[in-house]
Amino acid sequence: MNTPLLFIVLLSLTLFSYWFGLKRSLQVAGGAEHKKDLTCLPEQFGLLTAMVCGLPALITLLIFNSAEQLVVEQLLTSTLPMHVQSLSNIDLGLYLNNIRSLAASETTQSLLQGISSQAIAQPSDMTLQGQLQAALTLQELNQLTVWLKTALVLIIAVVSVIMLVRNFSLTYKARQKSETIVQALLVASSAIAILTTLGIVVSVLFESIQFFNSVSPAEFMFGTQWSPQTAMRSDQVGGSGSFGAIPLFAGTMLITFIAMLLAVPVGLMIAIYLSQYASTKLRSIAKPMLEVLAGIPTVVYGFFAALTVAPVIRNIGESLGLSVASESALAAGLVMGTMIIPFVSSLSEDAISAVPNALKEASLGMGATKSETVVKVLLPAALPGIVGAILLAISRAIGETMIVVMAAGMAANLTANPLDSVTTVTVQIVTLLTGDQEFDSPKTLAAFALGLMLFITTLGLNILALKVVQKYREQYD
Amino acid sequence: MTNSIENSTVRSVENSMLNKQVTPASSLSTTDRVTINLKKRHQKEKRFKSLGLFAVLFGFMLVVILIADITSKALPAFHQHWVKLDVNYQSDWLNVDVSSTQAALAKQMKTASYRKVLKNSVYQMFSTVSNKKLSRKEKRQLIKLFSTNAEFTLKEILIADPSFIDKSVNVWVRLDDDVDSYLKEGFAVGDAGLRISQQQAQWLAQLSTEQRIESRFNVSFFTASDSREPELAGIKGALMGTLLTLFVTLLLSFPLGVAGALYLEEFAPKNRITDLIEININNLAAVPSIVFGLLGLAVIINLFGLPRSAPLVGGIVLTLMTLPTIIIASRAAIKAVPPSLREAALGLGASKMQVTFSHVLPQAMPGIITGAIIGIAQALGETAPLLMIGMVAFIVDVPTSIVDSATVLPVQIFLWADSPERAFLAKTSAAILVLLTLLLVINVTATVLRAKFEKK
Amino acid sequence: MNTIDIKQSEPSQVEFNPTELTQTVGNIYADNAKMAIRNVDVFYGNKAHGDKQAIHNVSLDIAKNQVTALIGPSGCGKSTFLRCLNRMNDTIENCRVTGQLMLDGEDIYAKKLDPVLLRARVGMVFQKPNPFPKSIYDNVAYGARIHGLTNNKVELDEIVERSLQKAGLFNEVKDRLKDPGTGLSGGQQQRLCIARTIAVSPEVILMDEPASALDPIATAIIEELIDELKEKYTIAIVTHSMQQAARVSQHTAYFHMGKLVEMGKTEDIFTRPSHKLTENYITGRFG
Repeated sequence: MNTPLLFIVLLSLTLFSYWFGLKRSLQVAGGAEHKKDLTCLPEQFGLLTAMVCGLPALITLLIFNSAEQLVVEQLLTSTLPMHVQSLSNIDLGLYLNNIRSLAASETTQSLLQGISSQAIAQPSDMTLQGQLQAALTLQELNQLTVWLKTALVLIIAVVSVIMLVRNFSLTYKARQKSETIVQALLVASSAIAILTTLGIVVSVLFESIQFFNSVSPAEFMFGTQWSPQTAMRSDQVGGSGSFGAIPLFAGTMLITFIAMLLAVPVGLMIAIYLSQYASTKLRSIAKPMLEVLAGIPTVVYGFFAALTVAPVIRNIGESLGLSVASESALAAGLVMGTMIIPFVSSLSEDAISAVPNALKEASLGMGATKSETVVKVLLPAALPGIVGAILLAISRAIGETMIVVMAAGMAANLTANPLDSVTTVTVQIVTLLTGDQEFDSPKTLAAFALGLMLFITTLGLNILALKVVQKYREQYD
Repeated sequence: MTNSIENSTVRSVENSMLNKQVTPASSLSTTDRVTINLKKRHQKEKRFKSLGLFAVLFGFMLVVILIADITSKALPAFHQHWVKLDVNYQSDWLNVDVSSTQAALAKQMKTASYRKVLKNSVYQMFSTVSNKKLSRKEKRQLIKLFSTNAEFTLKEILIADPSFIDKSVNVWVRLDDDVDSYLKEGFAVGDAGLRISQQQAQWLAQLSTEQRIESRFNVSFFTASDSREPELAGIKGALMGTLLTLFVTLLLSFPLGVAGALYLEEFAPKNRITDLIEININNLAAVPSIVFGLLGLAVIINLFGLPRSAPLVGGIVLTLMTLPTIIIASRAAIKAVPPSLREAALGLGASKMQVTFSHVLPQAMPGIITGAIIGIAQALGETAPLLMIGMVAFIVDVPTSIVDSATVLPVQIFLWADSPERAFLAKTSAAILVLLTLLLVINVTATVLRAKFEKK
Repeated sequence: MNTIDIKQSEPSQVEFNPTELTQTVGNIYADNAKMAIRNVDVFYGNKAHGDKQAIHNVSLDIAKNQVTALIGPSGCGKSTFLRCLNRMNDTIENCRVTGQLMLDGEDIYAKKLDPVLLRARVGMVFQKPNPFPKSIYDNVAYGARIHGLTNNKVELDEIVERSLQKAGLFNEVKDRLKDPGTGLSGGQQQRLCIARTIAVSPEVILMDEPASALDPIATAIIEELIDELKEKYTIAIVTHSMQQAARVSQHTAYFHMGKLVEMGKTEDIFTRPSHKLTENYITGRFG
C-alpha cells in the first residue's frame, strides 16, 4: 500500500493500541474493580502503548521514505550495463530519468506485458532493449520497496506493542515511562532549530565548496565581472573571470543604502512622535497603520515598485532630462525603504521607551523643551538600541528578495548612480536557480556560494546588533 | 520695499549686538537670560513636532497610495465583456450525422468541429449586414475578436441542449482580452498598447449599438485556474495550492513549535545546550527567507527526493521558517501563566509533565493560538523560498493532494506580474487584493481572539 | 540645623477620622512668601471614567529663603503637591490641577506663562538620583546650555565649577570632570543632581525626598547642603522622615490623605502640634 494509506493504517493501529493497552492493564490488575491496585492509571498504560506502537513505526516510515529514492537508484544503477554505469553524473542522471519515465508510462506497461507474454518480439535496438529491461527492473524494485515498507512498518508496530504489553504488572511505571518518551519528543522538537541551522550551513557550505573547486574564492569575492551566462561548460576547468561578485555586492549595498535613507529618518521620527507627542487616539490609529505596512507581502511591494514607482521615476527623470533605467535602483530602494519603516520605527520606539523615565523627568524638570529632551537626553541614551535596530534593518534589506527580483535588474552593473539598473545577490540566487539548470553546473553552484555570503553577512549583522545593545545597555541600568 | 526690510533687519541685528555689549550676561537674571532664547526654542520645538507628525502622515500616505493604486488597477479584472452571437448549429458544419442514434450522436457531439460553427456563424452575421463577402484578412480579424475559449462555450451549450442542432441560437461568448481592455478603456481607437484595428473597432461599435455586448462579473477569476489567455485566467489553482501548503505548514509547525516552546520554558535545564538552542532559534528568526529556499532545494528535494513544487515540500520549508516565530510567541504565552498555578498543581502531587499538559498548556493556549495565526499569516505571503523549490512552473490543473504540483497565490502574482499582456496587469492587482484580504481576515481574527482572551 | 526634641507618645486612644478635617490648623501664611498656593485640587483620571482626587483644597505659602518641609504618611499626596509647583504634573496624562498657584505674585498656570521658563526658575531634585549618562561636566552644564545662559566656554566652565562648589562636590570630582556622572556613588550622584539644578540659578528648589535613597553619611552631607542653600534659594522639601524635617526646615506642613492638616513653624509642629492627627503622626502612632 502507498504511503498515505500506510499512514492511516498506522494511525488506526495506534488508536487501537491505546484501547488495547488500557484493557490489558485492567486485565493485569484483575478486573476494573481493582483499578486502584495499579501504580498508574489505566489510561496512562494505554497512552504508553499507543506511543510505543506509533513512534518506532513512524520513525521507521520516515527514514524509509527519505532513503528509498537513493537506495533504489543505487540498486538500479548496479544492474545497468558497465558502459552506462561509467557515464558522467549528468548523463547518468539523464539516463535514469529516461528509465523512470519509461517505467511510469502506460504504453511501456503494455509493451512490457506484451514482451513477457511473448506476444510481441523483443525490440532489436540494443539500447532500447536495455532501457526496457532497466524499466522492468525499476518497476520490480519499486514494488518490492512498497511491500518491504508496509511489512516493516506494520511488523515493528505490532512487535513493539506485544513486547511492551508483556511487561505490564501492578507496579509497572507506565506514567513515568510515557513521560520520559514525551520529554524526549519535546527535546527533539527544540533540537529541530539546531538541525535547521546545521542543515542550512552544511547544505550551503557543501555546494559552495563544490563551487569553489571550479572558481577560486578570490575571483568570486574580488572579481568585478559577473556574467554567468558565459560560464564554463562542465568539462572546462579554470575560469574566464565571469563569476566576480563585486557588482552584486555593490548593487545590494546601493539599494540597501537608498532604502535606509528613507526608512531610518522616517522610522525614527515616527517612533519619536508616537512615543513622545502623539495622543492615545492617534497612536491607536498609527500602530495599525504601521502593522499594515509591515504585513504587506513583499511580492506586493515588488509589484508596486515595478509597475507604479519605476515608471513614475522614469517619467520624472526624463522630464528633467536625466536618463533613467526602467528598473532603476532608486525605485527598488524606495519601496524597500517603505517596507522597512515599520521595522525601524517599532524597534526604535522600544529603545526609546526603555530609557528610564527619571532621565526624561530630570531634563523636563530643568526647563528643557520636549524636543531638546529627545535630542539631548533620550536619543543618546537610546542610541545602542537604535543602532541595533538599524543594523537589523540593514540585515533585513540585504536579505530581501521579491522586491528586487521584480523591480531591480538582472544585469550586473558596478555603479553608484541610483538611476541605473543594478542587480543584487538575492536576485542572482533566484535567477540562477529558477532557470533550466543542471544541478551540478557551476552556474547553479554559484547560487549557493552567494547564499553562503548572504547567510554569513546577515548572521554577522544580527550578532553585531545584539552585542551593541548588550554592551552599552549597562550604562544606565 | 525690500530696502526697508533689509534696513530693519540690519538694525535689529545691530540692536541685539548692542544689547549684548551693554548688558553682560552675569548681570541679567535667569528669567531674562532664558527669555532671550525662549522664542527660538519654542519655534524649534514646533518644527520638530511638525516633522514627527509629517513622518506619521507620510506613513499613512504610503499605505493609502499603495492600496489605492492596487485597487484601481484591480477593478477592471472583476468584470468581463461578453458578446451575443447568432450561432447556427448546422449539422454539416458540425460534421455530425443527425440520423444516428442518440448515443452515437452524443459521442459525435464531443468531437464535432465547433470552431467551424463559430467561424461560419460569425461570418454570416457580419456579411449579412454589410452585404458583401468578407475578405480573408477581414475574416481573420473578425475571429480574433473572440476568446479562444469561445468554441468551447459553444460546445457546452450544445451538449447541454442537443435540440439546438440545425437551429440558430443566441449564445454569449467571451471576448478576447485585447478587446476587453479596449472596451474597458472606452472605445479609444489606436491606443498605443492595444491592437485593435479600425475595422475591428467598427465591428465592435456595431455590436455595441445592437446591444450585443454586455459586461458581466468575472466569476471565472475565482473558479478557473491559470491560463495563458488573460481573459480565462483565474486564481483557483493558486488558492488551492495556498490552502494545501498552509495546511501542511500548520500541521507541522504548530505541534513542533508548541513542543519546543514547552521544553524551553518548562523543562530545559539552564546549561550551554539550552543556550545554544535559544541562540539558534533567535538567529533563525532573522535569516533571510531565500536561504530557507536554498535549504529546501539542497536537502529536501535533492537529498530526500520529494517532488518539486508540491505543497508538501513548500509546507516543510515554510514550517522551518515559521517555527522560530511560533516558538518565540508560544514561549511568551507560556511565561505569562502565573507560577502560582504551577505551584498549586505541583502541591497536589501532579508530576511536572501533568502540570504542564493539564494546566499550563490550556492556560497558555489562547496566546499560543494567536501566535500561530500570526505565524501562518507570515507564511501566507512568502514567495522567495517557494520559488526556489520549484513552484515557479505554469500549473494549469487545480491541485488535489499535497504531492501534486501546485503554486501558491504569491507566486501566481509574481508570475502574472511578468506577463506582457495588459489584461494580466488587472488580474495581478486583483489577485493581490485577494491575498491582502485573506491576510486582513487572518490578522483581524488573531487580534479579536487576543482581545477576547485578554479580557478573560 | 535645628535640634528639636519631638514630642513623645502618650498612652491615649488613637482616633483619626479624616473626614472630620474641614480646615487647616495653624499658620499657613508667611510674611515673605515666594510662592503662594490657594485652593488647589489635583485630579487623576478623566471625567468619563471617574476622577480620583489626590489633593483636596490645599492652601499654603512657601516662605522666601527658608526651608519648608512637607511631611505625612505614604501616599498622602506630598509629592503630587510638590510637582504642582513646577508644573511637572503637566507631563502626566489625565492629571488635572485647579486653583491658584503663584510665584512672586504671578499665576504659574496662566496661559501666557511658559512652563519652560517656570522650570528654569523652579528647579527640582528627585528621590532617586538621576544623572544623565553623560560626563559630570556635561551633566552640570546641561541646563546652562539648553537655556543659552552663557556666551562662551569660559563662562560655562565658571558656572560648572561654581555649581559643583556650592553642591560640595567640586573637590571630589575636579580631576575627573570628563568621567560619566553615573560612575559616582549614590550620595555624590545626588549632589551632582543638585549642582546641575543650581547651575541654572533658579529661585526655588523643590526636593522630593532627596536623601531617602542614600546612606546616613551621605544624608547628613545633603542636609547640611540644604541648610547652606537656603541662603540663596527658597526650598521646599518633601520628606517621610520627621527627624529630617525637624533638622532642616523652618516651616513644616503636615499632609494627610490629600489634605493639609496643619502647618506652622517647625518647632511648634513637632513640640506642640495643634491637631490630633498631627500629634498622632509625629508620635508614631501611624505612618
